[in-house]
Amino acid sequence: MMPSSPHSLAYRRYLRALRIRLAAVRATQILLLGALLALWEVAAARHWVNPMLTSRPSVIWQTTLKLAATGALWTHLAVTLRETLVGFAAGMAIGLVVAVALWWYRPLAEVLDPYLVVLNAMPKIALGPIFYIWLGEDRSVYGMAVAISVIVTIVMLYTGFQAVDPEKLKLMRTFGATRLQVLRKVLLPASLPTLMATVKVNIGLTLVGVIVGEFLSSRAGLGYLIIYGGQVFQMELVMTSVVILAVISAVLYLAVSWLERLVSRLLHLPIRE
Amino acid sequence: MGVPRIELRQVGMRYLTRQGEIEALADISLTVAPGEFLSIVGPSGCGKSTLLSLIAGILRPTAGQVLLDGQPVTGPSRKVGYMLQRDHLLEWRTVMGNCLIGPEVQGLDLAAARRRVKQLLAQTGLSQFQDAYPDQLSGGMRQRVALVRTLTIDPDILLLDEPFSALDFQTRLTLADEVWTILKREQKTAVLVTHDISEAISLGDRVVVLSRRPARVKAEHIIRFDAPRRPSPLQARSAPEHNTYFQRIWEELQSRDAE
Repeated sequence: MMPSSPHSLAYRRYLRALRIRLAAVRATQILLLGALLALWEVAAARHWVNPMLTSRPSVIWQTTLKLAATGALWTHLAVTLRETLVGFAAGMAIGLVVAVALWWYRPLAEVLDPYLVVLNAMPKIALGPIFYIWLGEDRSVYGMAVAISVIVTIVMLYTGFQAVDPEKLKLMRTFGATRLQVLRKVLLPASLPTLMATVKVNIGLTLVGVIVGEFLSSRAGLGYLIIYGGQVFQMELVMTSVVILAVISAVLYLAVSWLERLVSRLLHLPIRE
Repeated sequence: MGVPRIELRQVGMRYLTRQGEIEALADISLTVAPGEFLSIVGPSGCGKSTLLSLIAGILRPTAGQVLLDGQPVTGPSRKVGYMLQRDHLLEWRTVMGNCLIGPEVQGLDLAAARRRVKQLLAQTGLSQFQDAYPDQLSGGMRQRVALVRTLTIDPDILLLDEPFSALDFQTRLTLADEVWTILKREQKTAVLVTHDISEAISLGDRVVVLSRRPARVKAEHIIRFDAPRRPSPLQARSAPEHNTYFQRIWEELQSRDAE
C-alpha cells in the first residue's frame, strides 16, 4: 500500500473490512480443522470410539513418518502420481483429438452422439475387470484412468467448440481461411478456457480412475496401500493413505488453478469459474 | 461507366430448414459502380445480411448470379472486405495481431502488412494502442480496429453489415464520418446494410430500399445534395435534403402495399 493513499477514508475502511473478513474466514477454516483433529485424537485416546476402527491423528502422523523413513511412502506416492499424470495426459490428448475430429467432420458427431451420451452416463468403473483381463495388472490402471476422463473431455471440449461465436468463424471465412487455419487461429485459442475447465475436472477424475484401478489390480500405489491396509486390518495404514491422497488432490487442484490463471492472463481471456 | 464493380443478376436466395423453406431474396438485380457507396435499408430480418454474404462469396445464391468486376463469384474473394456489427476481435491478440489475421490467413508479406497496419492505425488515431489488447479498448476504438483489420488486406470492396449499430449514438456518428472519409479517400466501393435511415442517407451515394421477406428492390434513391461538394455524413444529417429523403424512405418502409 502506498503511504499517501489517494482513496477516501471510507474506501480504506471498506478495504480493511474486506481484509478482516477474509482473515476471519481463513482462521475459522484452520480452527475447524484443528478442532476436528483434536476431537478425533481425544475420542480415540479416551476410547469414546474404538481406535482400532478409527485410528487417530497422532498414529497417522507416526505412520507417515515411518513410511517415509523406510522409503515405502515415496515408492507408492511415485507410482500413483505417475499413473495419474500419464493417465491424465493420455485422456486429455485422446479427448482433444476426438473432439477436433467431431468438429472437423460434422457427420461423425451426429453418428457418435448417442454413443457418447451412453458412455458418458455409464459408470466407467464397471469396466475395471475388463481392463484387468485385457491389459494386465499394471496397464489396467492406465486403462481405468483414461476411460474415466476421456469421454468427459470429448463432451466438454466439443460443447466448447460449438459455443465459439459462429460470427467469428464467418469472419475468418470472409478472409478465405481454410478449416485448419480457423482451427489453429480461432477455435483452439478461443477454447482455452474450456480446455482449462476440462483440465480441472479431469485431474480429479483421473485420480479416481487410478485409485479404483489400483484397488482392482495393482501391487503398488496409494490405492493398493488402502486395500492392503483394509485386508490386514491396519486402519492407521488406510487412514494415512487417505490423508496423503487428500493432500495430493489439493496440490494437484491448486497447481491446475494456478496454471489456469496464468494461461488466462497471458492470453487475456476471462477466467471461467 | 464500364464494368460494374458488383453486379447482382436476378439473384434469389432460398433457405431450406427443417421448419420449411424460407425465401430470403427474390429476383434482386443491382449494380454498384467502382468507388460508389451504396446503402441498403430494409425491415429487420428481410435478408439484408444474406445479400452481403452472397457478395462475399460465403453463400451461393439459389437463383441468379453475382459478379465482381464481371467475374462470377465462386468463393470468398480477396477483393472483398467484410465488417460486421460486432468487432469480433480476438481477445488473445494485440491490436496489431488482430489486424494481421487477414494477411496471415492469405499468406501475404507480413512485413508489408505491418507497415500498412501502422499507417491505418495512425489514420484512425490508434497508433499508441498498437500493442494493446482488445479488453483495454472502448467500443468505438474496437470497431476502428475492426475497420483497420478489414482494410489491411486492401480490398476493393467493403461490405458493411450494420457496423455502427452496436455503438452509442455519439460514437456511431463520429465513426461513420471517419469510415466514410477513409473509404472515399482510398476510393473503395462500399455496400452498407443498415436499418438506420439517416445513416443510409448520410453515407450513401445511393440508397436501395428492400421490401419485406422475400426481399425485392422496392425503391432506389440517388442521394444528391445542393452543395459544391458532397457533405460529410455528419454535415449531411443536417442538410435539408436529408429530411426529404428520410420522409420518402420512411414511407416506403412503412407501406405494406402490393409489391
